[in-house]
Amino acid sequence: MLRFLARRLLGALVITVLISAITFFLFFALPAEPALMSCGKNCTPDAVALINKNLGLDQPVPVQYWHYMAGIVAGRDFTVGHCPAPCFGYSFSNQQPVWGTIVDRFPTTLSIALGGAAVFLVVGTGLGLLAAAFRGTWIDKLFSSLSLVGNALQIYFVGVVALAVLVSGLHWMDNPAYHPITEDPVKWFTGMLIPWLVLSIIFIANYSRMTRSLMIEQLAEDHVRTARAKGMGRRTVFFRYAFRGALAPVVTLFGIDLGSLFGGAIITEFTFSLHGLGRLAVSSVSETDLPTLMGVMLVGCTAIVVANIVVDATYALIDPRVRLA
Amino acid sequence: MDDAFLSVRDLHVRFRTEDGTVHAVDGLSFDVPRGRTLGIVGESGSGKSATGLAVLGLHDPRTTTVTGSVRLGGQEITGAPEPVLEKLRGNTVAMVFQDSLTALSPYHTVGHQIAEPFRKHTGASRREARQRAVDMLGKVGIPHPALRVDDYPHQFSGGMRQRAMIAMALVCDPQLLIADEPTTALDVTVQAQILDLLKDLQQQTGTAIVLITHDLGVVARTADDVLVMYAGRAAERGTVRDVLRTPRHPYTWGLLGSMPRLWTPVDQPLTPVPGAPPSLLTPPPGCPFHPRCAHTERVGGDRCRTERPELPPGRGAACHLGEERTR
Ligand SMILES: Nc1ncnc2c1ncn2[C@@H]1O[C@H](COP(=O)(O)OP(=O)(O)OP(=O)(O)O)[C@@H](O)[C@H]1O
Ligand SMILES: [Mg+2]
Repeated sequence: MLRFLARRLLGALVITVLISAITFFLFFALPAEPALMSCGKNCTPDAVALINKNLGLDQPVPVQYWHYMAGIVAGRDFTVGHCPAPCFGYSFSNQQPVWGTIVDRFPTTLSIALGGAAVFLVVGTGLGLLAAAFRGTWIDKLFSSLSLVGNALQIYFVGVVALAVLVSGLHWMDNPAYHPITEDPVKWFTGMLIPWLVLSIIFIANYSRMTRSLMIEQLAEDHVRTARAKGMGRRTVFFRYAFRGALAPVVTLFGIDLGSLFGGAIITEFTFSLHGLGRLAVSSVSETDLPTLMGVMLVGCTAIVVANIVVDATYALIDPRVRLA
Repeated sequence: MDDAFLSVRDLHVRFRTEDGTVHAVDGLSFDVPRGRTLGIVGESGSGKSATGLAVLGLHDPRTTTVTGSVRLGGQEITGAPEPVLEKLRGNTVAMVFQDSLTALSPYHTVGHQIAEPFRKHTGASRREARQRAVDMLGKVGIPHPALRVDDYPHQFSGGMRQRAMIAMALVCDPQLLIADEPTTALDVTVQAQILDLLKDLQQQTGTAIVLITHDLGVVARTADDVLVMYAGRAAERGTVRDVLRTPRHPYTWGLLGSMPRLWTPVDQPLTPVPGAPPSLLTPPPGCPFHPRCAHTERVGGDRCRTERPELPPGRGAACHLGEERTR
């Protein structure tokens, strides 16, 4: 397991560096001149030259890339002062360190994504298990009709409805807001509840349908019959044997869905006007704030790559036939 | 045979399918006394596995109807409630399946799968059950059982997996063991070892065994009695000696003819019974074997086509041919 993790982390590092190089060179191949963007309205050629020098933009692109990457690892000295590691440079639009802004925004997106995933994994597989256990009964039929509806839902639509009904209409829940979990876990939870529900609802239908059909498949497996032939009770057979077999494909599906999960988290952010990485990325695009955009992309990529490793490791824990090396 | 441990009377197993009802077992009766082995032979689809599963009450009641009587040491199985069956399964009666790769769970260690029924049926502690699993693995001939007990099935060879499955079946010293083609997936040498193992263990414990196979060679090697099945019915019954020496049913004659022998030249095709078994959706009237039988002319009138031959109790064959049965 340790060797697997070491190898995968190394691979992740290579991928992240590759992505950073590609985006870096792409940005600097743009016709726009970064210093101009940073300089503002009443700009003189002298000011541009000064900015170029201050930000190191007067050097060749590969050298700039090297300084950028070295800055992430070891910090970086600009003429205006020292930027401690991990240094992603300064924002063009507000001149603040990019890393500080990311640290500020990332927990919001992460909270939405992780909480939403937890909700749809638990509720989705739970409903699927129920449908499989009561196959052919009205419960099963109700769930399968509901999942058709659930499949057609979109985040922004559900989001607006949830706000209108749960917050404005019934006053059951607070307006979605982000409070750091370290400061007030309860507020964090109640503030995130609606985003979680809204993000998870589009996945729940899929996961419950998938779990149901996997369970029905697993319950017909030979090894499940063997367990019954040993005298194992229904519950043991259902959970310890059949569900165990259905779990691995669910984890695989989750790995595939990681991208849509982060995408969904960003849409959710927008729906509820939360300030996360997604909003930061979009504003940095519209303001051509290259350092911030670079930083957001790198952090986002790293998050997805790390999540993938976690998923693979989980898969290996579930299925002993998967060899990690 | 009043002292039979397993006693099956007029067993019917019907599967409801989209195409209609498959009558997989059609009025089967047989007995297995303690300490003896009954071989059930027949072609693929003759209802052997359906019979074995009915003895453990393992058929899915939503798609399957089981009628007739299956008695285990006097206790009725058919129609018994699930909790009663759960106490019997793995404890009084156990089953070994054909394909050990799919029949063992890939997600649990071999040791866990052996220990689990032992804990459930005896209330043993985790440690006792684990020790029991090690002992059982040793008993079925797994080298270094204490080291292998925590392996997963995929880390075992096919023969070792089959031994592990036998260990799992025998962990509670069952009084009846149903072995459904326990050696079909294995090569000949390993097959012989497994059959010898079953015989050895039977001598130690006095377990009754039902050995399901389509191989008369396996029956000749291991069983005491034989039941030849055809299209869900018993075609012939008797001791192995009687049935193999003086088979009375034309179907058995065909099976014996198709048995590979050491002196059969390798390039000479085996002579299987010509034709295919009948559809169990719409079984033929009369004797189910008559469409493939070469001897219907020797029976007077249309009896083979219209009248169902009965299998007499004890030694006998379900056939209209009279006493002049010869090949
Ligand atoms: N669950 C089921 N649903 C419908 N039909 C079934 C089911 N199980 C078995 N059958 C049918 O019942 C008949 C008897 O099947 P069974 O498995 O008992 O045969 P078998 O003698 O064990 O054959 P084999 O040597 O191939 O294992 C076959 O025609 C089979 O197609
Ligand atoms: Mg079978």
